[in-house]
Amino acid sequence: MTTNEIENPLIKYLLHLADNALIIGHRNSEWCGHGPALEQDIALTNIALDQVGQARNFYQYAASLISDLNGEIITEDSLAYLRDSWDFKNCLLAELPNGDWAQTILKQFIVSVYQYYLYQALAQHENEKLAGIAAKSLKELSYHLRWSSDWVLRLGDGTQESKKRMQDAIAILWSYTKEWTDYVDYELNILGESIIAIQKNCEEKITAVFEEAGLTIPQDIWMHKGGKIGKHTEHLGYILSEMQFLQRAYPNVEW
Amino acid sequence: MQKQEAEIWQILEMVKDPEIPVLSIIDLGIVRSIKITKPSNNLTGSEVCVAVTPTYSACPAVDMINADIKNALLEAGYKNISIEQVLFPAWTTDWMSASGKEKLKKYGIAAPIGKSCNQTAIEELTVICPQCGSDKTKIISAFGSTACKALFQCNNCLEPFDYFKCH
Ligand SMILES: [Zn+2]
Repeated sequence: MTTNEIENPLIKYLLHLADNALIIGHRNSEWCGHGPALEQDIALTNIALDQVGQARNFYQYAASLISDLNGEIITEDSLAYLRDSWDFKNCLLAELPNGDWAQTILKQFIVSVYQYYLYQALAQHENEKLAGIAAKSLKELSYHLRWSSDWVLRLGDGTQESKKRMQDAIAILWSYTKEWTDYVDYELNILGESIIAIQKNCEEKITAVFEEAGLTIPQDIWMHKGGKIGKHTEHLGYILSEMQFLQRAYPNVEW
Repeated sequence: MQKQEAEIWQILEMVKDPEIPVLSIIDLGIVRSIKITKPSNNLTGSEVCVAVTPTYSACPAVDMINADIKNALLEAGYKNISIEQVLFPAWTTDWMSASGKEKLKKYGIAAPIGKSCNQTAIEELTVICPQCGSDKTKIISAFGSTACKALFQCNNCLEPFDYFKCH
């Protein structure tokens, strides 16, 4: 199926939020059984579970709106498992490979910062349903943000090796951070003026944690974008081929 | 009708959280309302709607809890049962009953401390060991065996234990 012909900004926006959560959740789940210590393995898989749960809430809401619009039954599963990469609206950072522990931590930290302040704003949104999902997700995000901030500090302010790894991770991933606050039309439609506060809160949080961790933010570098309008890196295709295999090979299978 | 509503609250007291079976779904505070949408003098004619809110976005027990609610009401004689999922306002550990917290402790899980709205950082909480009662405990990880729990260890009896996180 495709949702690309849908013009409704709310549906597009819900898919964007859901896709972000699903794809980062899937990436985090790849750490299951491979974490550096049992507790951290469990932490990351817990975060993955929260993300997939949040994705489900957004997909369910989007699916009900699409069903009303098209008159055919669309489910959360068809949205997650039967769309192709050009239909996904997640930020590129979410789909990048996990790399080493430092890259995983940095990725999770950046995602948590943007999700946290975004959900904080959305929890006040006039659309009660959207506000409800955001308020619920926000409680979970406060744990994600704390955990990932602590790890950025621990690695940045740790040994020579851990600091180097963290600074390398920044060099690799920083060009994917601007996309989060480079708003496209459907986001502006839903978020309106609140983007100013969100952007400010995110920048302040990242700057504060980086400063405390002794990490340097690269200046004036070229920034990637495109994920929000379906232009993805090659990595998303590989994620989808693995994640969607079962539903594509055995349509409507249940267990 | 009010009698039926009160009776349903009592029936649901028997439905347990599949992951922490000492707690009922009423103890957890996830049953938000019970409505007799179509009243009738006999149970089979009544239509019942139970509004439930999930504890966590990805709570894997949701489907099972919904099925358990239906089964409990079917067994009691109700035939027309619907379950409505409500997300707003979001569930909070503040809705957990005092008896629920007591049951948790007896079960070996430290109950959530304080109000969720003015949440102290989990690392700064003094969590009492449910095994020996000591306050000399430390956090091992904010993420535990399920989404609702954190892992602690007691410095006195040295046993690890779960803490039900504020939410
Ligand atoms: Zn103890």
